[in-house]
Amino acid sequence: MEQIGQFVNSNLLEIYILLMAIFLGFELISRVPTVLHTPLMSGTNAISGVVTLGGIILIRSAAADNYVQLVLGSLAIILGVINIVGGYAVTDRMLKMFKKEKK
Amino acid sequence: MESLVSILYMIAVFAFAYGIRMMRSPKTAKQGNVISLIGMLLGLLGSLIQPLPLGDNNYLWIVMSMFIGSAIGLPLAQKVKMTAMPQLVAMFNGLGGASATVIGIVELLNINAQTPFSSKFISVLALLIGAISFTGSILAYLKLEGKLRKQWVVPGHNALNLLLLVIMFGLGILIATGTNGIGWPLWVMLALSLFYGVFFVFPIGGADMPVVISLLNSLTGLSAAAAGGIYGNKAMLIGGILVGASGTILTLMMCQAMNRSLWNVILAGKFTAGSGASSNGTDQVMKEITKPDAAILMQYSKNVLVIPGYGLAVSQAQKIVKEMDDLLGGVDVSVKYAIHPVAGRMPGHMNVLLAEADVPYEKLLDLDDANAALKNTDVVLIIGANDVVNPSANDDPGSPIYGMPILNALDAKHVIVMKRGRGAGYSGIENPLFYHDKTKLYFGDAKASLNEIIAELKENL
Repeated sequence: MEQIGQFVNSNLLEIYILLMAIFLGFELISRVPTVLHTPLMSGTNAISGVVTLGGIILIRSAAADNYVQLVLGSLAIILGVINIVGGYAVTDRMLKMFKKEKK
Repeated sequence: MESLVSILYMIAVFAFAYGIRMMRSPKTAKQGNVISLIGMLLGLLGSLIQPLPLGDNNYLWIVMSMFIGSAIGLPLAQKVKMTAMPQLVAMFNGLGGASATVIGIVELLNINAQTPFSSKFISVLALLIGAISFTGSILAYLKLEGKLRKQWVVPGHNALNLLLLVIMFGLGILIATGTNGIGWPLWVMLALSLFYGVFFVFPIGGADMPVVISLLNSLTGLSAAAAGGIYGNKAMLIGGILVGASGTILTLMMCQAMNRSLWNVILAGKFTAGSGASSNGTDQVMKEITKPDAAILMQYSKNVLVIPGYGLAVSQAQKIVKEMDDLLGGVDVSVKYAIHPVAGRMPGHMNVLLAEADVPYEKLLDLDDANAALKNTDVVLIIGANDVVNPSANDDPGSPIYGMPILNALDAKHVIVMKRGRGAGYSGIENPLFYHDKTKLYFGDAKASLNEIIAELKENL
């Protein structure tokens, strides 16, 4: 219990940010029309590729001969980058198809 | 340098939020996606130049990995058919979760006596949530791809579910409070969370996939946020939470559209075939309509409303529908489309498929608008949809879908249903609409049927 209290105290700012971000996420999405739900999902899915940043920091903090960390870090980056590149490309492809009525 | 990096992360976060904000309208959505991408690139740049207390940078490894990742991801995204979109998104999503899991593993392998509880606990979260999302998404991928049709529920599924969660969480606390010797608890927890992803998606039926995909999307966001917590990286933290929160709200919206609680979807099992209280007697018959009649009926009406379901996507008939739409438009018949929120295999899937066929988005009506329009509709043409037009949802308390908001097709003057066969369809629920006086059935594959109608129309016009 003490550790949890300590955890909250030492991460107070992060927790505030967290709460505001949750609120923002709710607000942003609740106004998106159904028409765009699929692109929205694949677009936000691409954003979850930010996890790649962690992979980069992981590899950069490794010693040049720490192969376990280098290989695992590379794996994290590869998986994350597939998510980013694929996610944005697919979203773009979908959104290109939404057209206005030709008059 | 520190402050430059902070600014980069700040812009990245703003770009993510603003990008999502621009997705509110089809006009700005494409730009929104580009803005979000720019945010991502700036974030990546930040993590590349951020000063770190230790390490040898190893840029070569990073460049190589990024190259490999792009070389795999880009072709997948460019080649995929729009009908297969839900699978692909599920897979990308799973990979993001896997990435967070790997990061969690490495960080937990690296801990020592000085590592604070909070960092260890956050690493545990990244690993746990990421792993569940990974295997869950892969299973969703297999289900959507049709490679896995089975769906059973083990006896005591819910108790087992709870037990698994408790064990995983317990192991997580054990790891986070331990000072060293990660050893077996780490690997057991990893194995359990990987198993849990499978366990939790396995019993969920294909018709509920939009909800599951959306939920998994949200989990991956949370795992990314947790990974961000490990490094105190604000871009990851907020980006991940944005995805987590937006995924959650989208999930709840889907559930609402089916009038079921999230629990009910996850715990599954409630959707058993043919469990309607009032089973339709054998005395009721489906009335068929002939090709010429169907064509003429539509041709001489003012308003036609198409209700597409997954059957349309399966037979790849979007473009043919559009062709019929153009022909009818030529004789001043107004054709619109009614899209139920859970039509298709992911939220809004039907909209994308029709957009691909060049149907302008102004012609796509959502549930409320469509129901308002239905009252003045001459002909409603239902193509491969079933549960979303099942009137039992309105008036049969014994029906498993009672209470689900539906498209009230019977408000229109005539109803034509294009259907592959006489069976009850994917969910196995009887649909009284098919036996109603107003309803005429047109049996056959959606694409073939539409082609027949088009041929008739061309002859007549």
